[in-house]
Amino acid sequence: MLETLRTAIRSLLSNKIRSALTMLGIIIGVAAVITMVAIGAGASRNIQQFISGVGSNILIIMPGAASVGGVRQQAGSGATLTTEDASALEREAYALKGVAPEIYSRTQLVYGNMNWSTLVTGSTSAIFDIREWKIADGRFYIDDEARGGAKIVVLGATVAKNLFGTEDPIGKIVRIRNVPMEVVGVLAAKGQTPWGQDQDDTAFVPFATAQRSLFRRGIANSVQRITVAAVNGDSVPEAEREINAILRQRRRLNEGEASDFDVRNMAEMLDAAAQSTKVMSLLLGAVASVSLLVGGIGIMNIMLVSVTERTREIGIRMAIGARTSDIRTQFLMEALLLSIAGGIIGIVLGMSASRLITGFLGWPTVVSTGSIVLAFGFSVFVGIFFGFYPAWKASLLNPIEALRYE
Amino acid sequence: MSLIDVRDIVKIYHTGDVELRALDGVSFSVGQGEFVSIMGHSGSGKSTMMNILGCLDVPDEGEYELDGERTGRLSKDALAKIRNAKIGFVFQGFNLLPRATALENVELPLIYAGVPGKKRKERGKTALERVGLADRMGHRPSQMSGGQQQRVAIARALVGETPLILADEPTGNLDTKTSAEIMDLFVALNREGKTIILVTHEPDIAEYSARTIRFQDGRILADERRENHA
Repeated sequence: MLETLRTAIRSLLSNKIRSALTMLGIIIGVAAVITMVAIGAGASRNIQQFISGVGSNILIIMPGAASVGGVRQQAGSGATLTTEDASALEREAYALKGVAPEIYSRTQLVYGNMNWSTLVTGSTSAIFDIREWKIADGRFYIDDEARGGAKIVVLGATVAKNLFGTEDPIGKIVRIRNVPMEVVGVLAAKGQTPWGQDQDDTAFVPFATAQRSLFRRGIANSVQRITVAAVNGDSVPEAEREINAILRQRRRLNEGEASDFDVRNMAEMLDAAAQSTKVMSLLLGAVASVSLLVGGIGIMNIMLVSVTERTREIGIRMAIGARTSDIRTQFLMEALLLSIAGGIIGIVLGMSASRLITGFLGWPTVVSTGSIVLAFGFSVFVGIFFGFYPAWKASLLNPIEALRYE
Repeated sequence: MSLIDVRDIVKIYHTGDVELRALDGVSFSVGQGEFVSIMGHSGSGKSTMMNILGCLDVPDEGEYELDGERTGRLSKDALAKIRNAKIGFVFQGFNLLPRATALENVELPLIYAGVPGKKRKERGKTALERVGLADRMGHRPSQMSGGQQQRVAIARALVGETPLILADEPTGNLDTKTSAEIMDLFVALNREGKTIILVTHEPDIAEYSARTIRFQDGRILADERRENHA
């Protein structure tokens, strides 16, 4: 066995360029599989993190579309949700652990000579719990402040960085639409959404403050949306039923009448996103596997050439006592060695490529042990599978004819 | 007791509809320690006889017994084992592995016999010393003359300590002087007790042997012994 290995190594080394080119097919295949799977895994981990960051039990209630002369406008353009709806949900829905009415607008914040435009949301303090925000510095505002309309603001990490730089923002006054507001807290950073939005580019003010001082709305008490959290992930469908029942009852809608609001399930949206990422990584992996297959065919091709070239050598070996299995093992070993060496180099290359992609393109990649084992196992399989036919062909040669071969 | 016993061997080749009886009822025996040359023109059946004697081929009819073993109905792998254990081959074209050194070439039969590495090297060296190539062990075939290559091949045939050496036109690719040296080596090996069968079409090469079997049209034409050979 050891002898066969040594013979195989010598034979491969005696034709270095050919061996290297043959290996290249496997190297590229394995590297491609590892890189592609790493990109796919990175994307899905990104979504997983996002889900755990925002909470998978969130439901968002949007007003229905306004209708202008029979032309329906975009969703949320109507003004059909009110603070009373939010209170009703809070009172009556058992499957909900938090209800936060929201009004928001993209607005400029000014501090000293710095300014920054961001999404300012007015909501009750429940929003922090629902959206699973953590505080990095200072504090959240509390319910009394939210109701009392205190002129305070909690900044997202991106906003704090852009307005204050290295300065400590806590206790400083920023102006929002010319209203001076005191910064009481800075949120812990959450990073980007899977679709590339900066979640930290945001600011929160108490609901009443936003309602009275910042965003004066045409219809009093109307809200742009209500974000709620179900007690846990499993109670999301129950929560959805309750919301529909409560809000439809408040509107005295009969069965069959369309709702003027819309309940969106965050988990479902994310599931869909996760699903499409999974399909994408599967697709990428499959495409990469094809190149591994092509590499395998390359091995078979070269091994067939090698068998023909070395017909005489096979004849000599047979004449002096090599059995059919000895010849078969010898050529199989060469094919296997090519694919194993190619596989190892491919793994190293694939890992470096994944790192480079993260470094230069900023795409998250995850090189899993599973994908390494899979790619390596597949390349070994390719070596055996495509090496077998040439080896088998070699072992069937007639020694007399093989010895006569020029 | 005879080492080789050949009885009524028939070998038929079919090319299209034509039937060629390459060997047509051949019988002879070779005793332990004999030096026999097989002669004949091309097409006489001597190469076919050589292949059968070397267990590279099996006869269609008749019996071939080598060292007490009947080879007629053996499998390919069993024949390979017999070749390894009982026959040392020397070919016209030397048939060395071009990428292996002299020592590695000589060791080759021992690899298939399952002899461990250290012992293999020892025996390989001894065999190379016997043919006078102690200083060429690390050379590759391309770095050696034809005579030296044939000596390596003879060392390879010796290393397995097989009872029979089968040489197929061993001097066919060599000049007269080198041929004589190689033949002297065979004679010396024969004196040491090796049984040697030599296939040739050159009468002066056959002169070195004590017995010549002549083939013609698949049959033995003559089987003669020399009284006082070289």
